[in-house]
Amino acid sequence: MTALMTDLKRLSSMRAPDGFAERVLIEVGMADSYARFGTVLGNVYVAWNRFGVSAAARSASAAEFEDWFGQDVGRPLVAAEPPADLAEKIADELNGKRTMRFDLRGLTEFEQAVLRKTYQIPRGEVRPYGWVAREIRRPAAVRAVGTALANNPIPYFIPCHRVVRTDGEIGNYGGGGPEAKKAILTMEGVRVNRLQELARAGVRYQGVKTTKIFCYPTCHTGRHALEKNIVWLHDEASARAAGFRPCKVCRPAAVA
Amino acid sequence: MEGVERLFERMVREHQHRVFAVGFALTGNRHDAEEVAQDTFLRAYRALATYPPERIRDLKQRPWLHRIAVNVVRNRARGAKPRTAELNGSESDNALGPESRALQRAEMDELACRLAGLPPRYREAVVLRHVHEMSYEEVAEALDQPVGTVKSNVHRGLKLLRGGDHDRVDD
Repeated sequence: MTALMTDLKRLSSMRAPDGFAERVLIEVGMADSYARFGTVLGNVYVAWNRFGVSAAARSASAAEFEDWFGQDVGRPLVAAEPPADLAEKIADELNGKRTMRFDLRGLTEFEQAVLRKTYQIPRGEVRPYGWVAREIRRPAAVRAVGTALANNPIPYFIPCHRVVRTDGEIGNYGGGGPEAKKAILTMEGVRVNRLQELARAGVRYQGVKTTKIFCYPTCHTGRHALEKNIVWLHDEASARAAGFRPCKVCRPAAVA
Repeated sequence: MEGVERLFERMVREHQHRVFAVGFALTGNRHDAEEVAQDTFLRAYRALATYPPERIRDLKQRPWLHRIAVNVVRNRARGAKPRTAELNGSESDNALGPESRALQRAEMDELACRLAGLPPRYREAVVLRHVHEMSYEEVAEALDQPVGTVKSNVHRGLKLLRGGDHDRVDD
């Protein structure tokens, strides 16, 4: 009888398997998993949780990524086997197909708005910082937009590299400096040098004589206009004065 | 919300082994035990999110988690019969301390198997009273049953266990 009692009591000394607590925390979204992926941009470390992808960086090592994640996001992080479809989603996303879900918890509402708007910029196109500010109805917050994009925890996938300065400078880039930004844009099909020349010459928009519409120079709707029909425009007022209306796709100005 | 998350993280780290042990004693195998333990904490997490701060502050975590674990096992039992095989399981051996691992592991599995063969009402009572050494009052509270019922279920459960495999009773 006492032997049975002793045996029963010993059952209480069972220990949960290794990593159990982390798996529970991952399950409720309080900890993230990460893995390294080979991509068109080279090796990218990507972190995810049950809400979506939460961070990405081209770190030199797993330790470097863990350090950065700890400082930037602050949740527990565990190396793990990625879900079956994540590698494909990563490739799709870098190819311009939008299939990824993101976890932006921990960012302010303003930062989230900036990133969501930036996510809408198509591959192969760029927009000015001021465009993001205007689109999220904070037209005066251009600098804050720059800061929010510099702190983007998910570069490459939320394409902060597609937001550029209007004066032709390429602008800062949290994902590896101005050179990296230029390289990624070039890979995406943006003619960066031409864009910089136009910007330095004070050109902001491309107008098409036949349609009487003006666009950002990289807008895909204006891409097939014949050279002879293109007019380069310097500002919104002169564009409107010349009878052009803003494009409804790239929205270079508030559409009346 | 930040406070609840911290509290939950501490709760998981502090009670993970105990909750796993409850799951093991109630289901009879490690695989189900881990699922039960995980479900228990998921339910706890969801419940905490809806509790007002006073309730969270006054929460007695141990009996509360026991009660959730028992309910998780009860709900699973409705779907499927407990799996009591897996005597030479393939997962890591870390579930036990390092000392005399193989022998202990086999004995534990055997005993958990026999427990799993008990009808649920006896099994729950025996596990909480004699594996986790809760008082009859605590067991009664965790199982939501009168103390007298718990006492008699513990008694009958022990009797069945002592009777060995030949006297196994089906529910």
